[in-house]
Amino acid sequence: MSDALFEFACRMGDNTLVLGHRVSEWCGVAPVLEEDIALANTALDLIGQTQLWLGLAGEVEGKGRDADALAFRRDVWDFRNVLLVEQPNGDFGHTMLRQFLFDAWHLECLKGLIGSSHDQVAAIAEKSSKEVTYHLERSSDTVIGLGDGTEESHARMQKALDRLWPFVGEMFVSDDVDAAMIAQGTAPDSAGLRAPFDARLSDVLGEATLVPPEDDFTHKGGKSGVRHSEHLGHMLAQMQWLQRAYPDATW
Amino acid sequence: MSSPETSPYADTKATEHGETRKTEWPLWEVFIRGQHGLSHRHVGSLHAPDAEMAIKNARDVYTRRNEGVSIWVVEAVHIAASSPEEKGSLYEPSNDKVYRHPTFFDIPDEVGAM
Repeated sequence: MSDALFEFACRMGDNTLVLGHRVSEWCGVAPVLEEDIALANTALDLIGQTQLWLGLAGEVEGKGRDADALAFRRDVWDFRNVLLVEQPNGDFGHTMLRQFLFDAWHLECLKGLIGSSHDQVAAIAEKSSKEVTYHLERSSDTVIGLGDGTEESHARMQKALDRLWPFVGEMFVSDDVDAAMIAQGTAPDSAGLRAPFDARLSDVLGEATLVPPEDDFTHKGGKSGVRHSEHLGHMLAQMQWLQRAYPDATW
Repeated sequence: MSSPETSPYADTKATEHGETRKTEWPLWEVFIRGQHGLSHRHVGSLHAPDAEMAIKNARDVYTRRNEGVSIWVVEAVHIAASSPEEKGSLYEPSNDKVYRHPTFFDIPDEVGAM
């Protein structure tokens, strides 16, 4: 029972950790100063949420690992984030479309978790949902602005949507961990988040004049940890090298 | 070593004041009210494609440490400003009219911010 909760907290925390790191890669190189600051804020929000989720995971596991140990001392196969968030940034539009797809799922998920029977889960969801409401507002606006923008920006956004679409389905796959979480009243069913997600998606993509591909094939293996894409290892090498080279380094 | 001759921007055409190059977002001035009861204060400026994004950008750039309860943005080109050359005629006449300054009153603490 606590195994499932550990697994669940790692999924939440690894999603925000990996996406937070990806978004932080824009720091200093975003197209304009204002977007640079906004992206850095988003990344910091996500890393802050990571501390809470992985902190909870470490507590539940009870083996003395804290959020830092989980973030910096695990290798690719122990990560439980969905494949969507580990995909490389691409151009700015690609990054914002990935952000929108994740935010739209994330907010529905957190809304469900606010009513969790587990106090800590409910508290983390309550705090995070305020931040994520803003993330979603911002990424939706940018997707609409660029999708319904110039010929160039529209083409880039459509290309990004075509590229990222096969990673959307994984967020709504239910498995044994979900079943255990539902049974305990800790979390809502992942599959049940699809309908509100689709409703929001069709609103925003409609305004953005973007069309999702018809094929609903989906890559899987991130959230179960069975098969991450080749990109995660490279990202972790960058993110973890210091703690790997100098364990317990402090300043 | 930054003499005008060696400037990397020597061949770059400067933007006319108040105008925007096509590829650049317009400039917005940002005003933030820190607390209820106080007035909005100018905190700085930023670039954004429209008013809505200007408010969002202002939230990210200027209210990161819980500074504000309300944000105003106005496109910089819409601000009419006095010109520095008129300084004399605009402001100096009040210099010798000491009775216009409320320095002869004690303001009770209970009044708060004026």
